[in-house]
Amino acid sequence: MKIAFTTTGDSPDSPLDPRFGRATGFLVYDTDKDAFEAFSNNQNLNAVQGAGIQAAQNLASLGVEALVTGHCGPKAFTVLSRAGIKVYNTGLATVSGALNAFRNGELTAAESADSESHWV
Amino acid sequence: MRLVVASGKGGTGKTTVAVNLAKSWGSPVQLLDCDVEAPNTRLFLGGTMLESQVVTISVPEVNEALCNGCGECSRFCEYSAMACVAGKAMVFVSMCHSCGGCSLVCPTGAISEVESRIGTIVTSSFGKTTLLEGILDVGSTMAPQLIRRLKSLVKSGVPAILDSPPGTSCPVVTTMKGADFVILVTEPTPFGLHDLTLAVATTRELGLPFGVVVNRLGIGDDRVHSYCATEHIQVLLEIPDDRRIAEAYSRGELMVDVLPEYAGLFAGLRRELEKR
Ligand code: SF4
Ligand code: SF4
Repeated sequence: MKIAFTTTGDSPDSPLDPRFGRATGFLVYDTDKDAFEAFSNNQNLNAVQGAGIQAAQNLASLGVEALVTGHCGPKAFTVLSRAGIKVYNTGLATVSGALNAFRNGELTAAESADSESHWV
Repeated sequence: MRLVVASGKGGTGKTTVAVNLAKSWGSPVQLLDCDVEAPNTRLFLGGTMLESQVVTISVPEVNEALCNGCGECSRFCEYSAMACVAGKAMVFVSMCHSCGGCSLVCPTGAISEVESRIGTIVTSSFGKTTLLEGILDVGSTMAPQLIRRLKSLVKSGVPAILDSPPGTSCPVVTTMKGADFVILVTEPTPFGLHDLTLAVATTRELGLPFGVVVNRLGIGDDRVHSYCATEHIQVLLEIPDDRRIAEAYSRGELMVDVLPEYAGLFAGLRRELEKR
C-alpha cells in the first residue's frame, strides 16, 4: 500500500506541509518496500486554479491509496474519493510523526473536505 | 463614448460617481453595473424593471459509457476543470472557461456541451438612463464571462458608463478593456493613495487614458494631490466631505437631484469628458 504525505522537504524528518494542492512536494511511503519516494509538486505551486485537482490526479496515477495532509479542499477531495484515496487530516509536525500516528491507527479518514475552496 | 468608473478598493464612492454622472448626463445614457458579485447600483436608483435574462455558458458533459479514461481532456484543460481518475473523466463546471477544447480532443466523442447557468442580467430604466445590471450566481467564478456578456449588450451611439468591480483583478481588467476613458475614484487618505497607485498601474498597463476623482475631500491629507501632480494625472473632480451628501443618500436621494452646486460639478465633469 502507498501512503502519500505532503511535505516541504524530502526526508521522513521533513515538516508535514499543511497545504495539499499547493504543497511543496509529496513523500510517498510504500508499506511493502518500507521505503519513501519523493515527488515534486512544482507544476502545481503556481497554478492559477485547480492545483488540488491536479495534485489529486497525480497521486491517483501513482497508485496511492491514502493521503496524510493538513487540509484538503472540496474539489480535490472529490477527485481523491473518486480515485479511492482516503484522506487523513492531521496537525502533526513531521512526516515520520504522521506516519507513526497512521500506523498506530490514530488518524481517522475524513468524510469530507475540511477547508473551503479558494475560488468561491 | 464608453467610460469606466473604477477604484483600487471598494467604498470610495465609485458607484456614487457613476450614478450621479449618469443622472446628470441630460441625454440618454446606458449605465452598466459590472460589479457582478455585489451589484448595488439599482439600490441607488429604484426605477422600473424592464427585463431579466438568464445568462448561460457552454460546459462539457461526459458520457461515461463512451469514456475510455484516456485522460486527453484533463491534460488539455488549462483550467483544471477536467480530471480523469479511476478510468473516467469528471468535470468541475465552476472552473470551466467554455473554451470547447476538451470535446475536440476527446477521441471517443464522450464529451458533449450543455448550457450551465452563471447569472442573470437585469435591465431597468429610470428617466433617460437605462441600467444593465449583471448578477453572478452565488458560487460561480465566471465573473469575467458575465461582464463580457453585459458589455456585448451596449448599444453603439449611446454613451455607456460602466461601474467597475473594486480592486485590480481579472473582472476589473475585463470591465476596462476597450474603454475610451477610465475615471479612478479615490479618497485623500494614505489608504486611498495606496489603492489608487495600484489602479493607475492597471490602467496604464492596459494603455487607457484616465483621470482621477477625489471623493470626500477634506478627510485626509494632500498626498493624493501631490501624487497626481508628480505623475501628471488630471484631477477631474473633487467632491467635498459634505454631511448633506450623506443625508441625501440616507433618504435615497442623489446629490445631483437635491444639491444644485453638485449638479453643477457633475455637469462640469461631463463637459470635461465630452472633450475627449
Ligand atoms: S471547455 Fe475548455 S475550460 Fe472547459 S473543461 Fe473543456 S477544456 Fe476545460
Ligand atoms: S478525452 Fe474523452 S475518452 Fe478520454 S478521458 Fe476524456 S472524456 Fe474520457
